[in-house]
Amino acid sequence: MTALLEVKNLVKHFEVSRGLVRAVDGVSFSLEKGETLGLVGESGCGKTTTGRCILQLERATSGSILFEGRELTTLDQSELRAVRRKMQVIFQDPYSSLNPRMTVGQIIAEPLAVHGIVRGSAARAARVKDLLSRVGLLPAHARRYPHEMSGGQRQRVGIARALAMEPSLIICDEPVSALDVSIQAQIINLLEDLQSEFGLTYLFIAHDLAVVRHISDRVAVMYLGKIAEMADRKTIYDNPRHPYTKALLSAVPIPDPELEMKRERIVLGGEVPSPLNPPSGCVFHPRCPIAVERCTHEIPVLRDLTPGHGAACHLAEIA
Amino acid sequence: MATVETFADVPEASAAARWRTFVVDFCRQRPLGAIGAAVVLLNLVVAALANVISPYDPLATDYGAMLAAPSRAHWLGTDAFGRDVLTRILYGSRTAMLVGFSCAFIGATLGAVIGVTSAYFGGKVDLLIQRVMDIFLSFPLIILALAVVAMLGTGLENVIAAITVPMIPRAALVARSSALAIREMPYVDAARAAGFRHGRIILRHMSPNVMAPYLIMLTAFLGQAILLEASLSFLGLGVSEPTPAWGLMLRGAAVQFAESAPWMAIFPGLAISLAVFAFNLFGDSLRDALDPRLRTQ
Repeated sequence: MTALLEVKNLVKHFEVSRGLVRAVDGVSFSLEKGETLGLVGESGCGKTTTGRCILQLERATSGSILFEGRELTTLDQSELRAVRRKMQVIFQDPYSSLNPRMTVGQIIAEPLAVHGIVRGSAARAARVKDLLSRVGLLPAHARRYPHEMSGGQRQRVGIARALAMEPSLIICDEPVSALDVSIQAQIINLLEDLQSEFGLTYLFIAHDLAVVRHISDRVAVMYLGKIAEMADRKTIYDNPRHPYTKALLSAVPIPDPELEMKRERIVLGGEVPSPLNPPSGCVFHPRCPIAVERCTHEIPVLRDLTPGHGAACHLAEIA
Repeated sequence: MATVETFADVPEASAAARWRTFVVDFCRQRPLGAIGAAVVLLNLVVAALANVISPYDPLATDYGAMLAAPSRAHWLGTDAFGRDVLTRILYGSRTAMLVGFSCAFIGATLGAVIGVTSAYFGGKVDLLIQRVMDIFLSFPLIILALAVVAMLGTGLENVIAAITVPMIPRAALVARSSALAIREMPYVDAARAAGFRHGRIILRHMSPNVMAPYLIMLTAFLGQAILLEASLSFLGLGVSEPTPAWGLMLRGAAVQFAESAPWMAIFPGLAISLAVFAFNLFGDSLRDALDPRLRTQ
C-alpha cells in the first residue's frame, strides 16, 4: 500500500496585529488508501486548519502535502482544479455549508456539470437522483431548498455533493458535531457504508472521542498545533502514552454506574495557552501532571515507541 | 435506510406561495411602503400608456392657448408654447422611469459585482478596488454626474451614463460589506474546494446572497436617479428640448412666468416630488421588511 496522502512538517501561521498565531506547527502524518484517520483535539488546536491546508483553502506557511504522489503546495490554480476533484470536504455546520439560493438538485449537479463528470442535463438529473438515494434521501428532495430540510437531511446533501465528484479522499470536518445525537449515529453509519462501497479514505476531524473511536482506524491527538500522540485505535484507547491523551480519555464517561464510580479521572488545570504565545519546550508542560524540568526547555519530537505508535513526550516510556 | 428523520417532511412552500405571503405581509405591516409601491406602479403604468391616456400630443404647440390657466380643456394649463402641461407630465414620466430604472439597475448591478469581487479576492485586489471607489465617493453625486456630462455631452444616453457612474461605488461599498460575511460561509469554501472558477463563485454562489441589500440599493437609487435626472435637465445638462422631461419643464419660460403662470412649474415639481417620495417610501419599507433583525417570524 502506498500513502494516498502524506503531510510532512505542515506549518500554518496567521499574521495578526499582535503577532503570529501558530495554528499548525509542524504536523506530519500519512493516510493509506481506504483507511480513516481520526484527528482529535480541543477547539483551537489546529485540527480544522490542518484540514483546510490539505484542501488548499489555506496556503500552508511551509511543509509539504503529497496527495496521490503530487505536491499540492506548489500547484497553481488550474492544476489545483484537477486535483480538487479527488479531494472533497464535508463541513460541520449543515446550515451554512449549502448555498441557500440553490436547490438541492442544483447543488449536487453543479460539480457534475463544471467538471464534465456527467454530460447532458437529463443524465445529470438521473445521477443526482442516484446520489440522493445513496445518501438516504428521496429523488423529490432535489427540488427542495436547503432551508426546507432538517439538519440531518442537509448533512446528507453535503455528503452527496462531496460524493458527486467521485473523490478518493474526503476530509470530514466535524461532520456530526452540529447534529442531534440520534442523527449522529445515522450519519456515521452512512459514512461507513459509503467508505466500504466506494473505497473512500477519510480524514475525520472531531472533538468527540466516542465518535472517533467508532469510525477511525488510527487516531492522532492534537494539542496547540502539534500532534501529541498517534497510534492505531486500539493502542491509543487501551494504552495511551502521552499525558494529554490520558487526560482526554479519562474524561470519557463510562455508561455503567459502578465502573463510572471507580473511574480514575485526570483533571487538567488551567486553560489551553494562546497559540499567539505558546509555552517554551513542550507546549503541554504548564498543564502536564508529570512534567519535569527538561520539559520546560526541550521540545519533544513525535517518536515511535512501538512501530506505528508515536508520542511527543520525553516521559512517554515511564509515565 | 428508512428512518423517521430522513423522510420527515417539511411542508413544501413553493416560490410563488412564499412570494404571495411576502407581498401580503408587506402591505399589512407597512402601509406607507405599500402606498409608495402603489404610486411607483401608477408611475410605471402612466409611462407605459402615456400615448394612450394623454389628451394631447406632447410636442404640439397651440399659439392660440399660450400660458393658458388650468381649465376643462387643459386640466393643468399650458406652457409658453401652448403645449398641454398634463400631457407633458405624463410623457415626462416615461423619461423619468427610463432614466431611473436603467441607472439604478446598471449602477446597483455593476456596483454589486465589483463589491463582491473585491470581498472575494480580498488582500491587495480589495485594497486597490476600494481606493479607486473611495476616489469616486469623495465627490458628491451631482458633481460627479456634472463631470461625466461635461465629458460626454448632453442627451438621454449620456445622462444615463452620468447618473450611473457615481452610483457604482456606492453600491460596491454596500455589496462588499455584505459579501465579506458571505466570503466566510462554508458553502463558499465548498465551492472553492470543488474547484470552481472565481467567476462562477462570485456570480453564482456569492452575488445571489447579497440580494437583500441589492434590492434596497436598487429602490434607493431609483428615487435618486429621478431626482438627478431632473436636476441635470433643469441645469440644461440633461435631456434637451423638445423631449418632455420634468426637470426640463421647470426651466426657461417656467421661471420667467413663475408669477403669471405658476402651473407651469408647480405641477412638474409635484410630479418629481411625488415620484421620488414614493420610491423612497417603498425603498425604506423594503429595507425594513428584508432586514432579518426586524423580521418577526
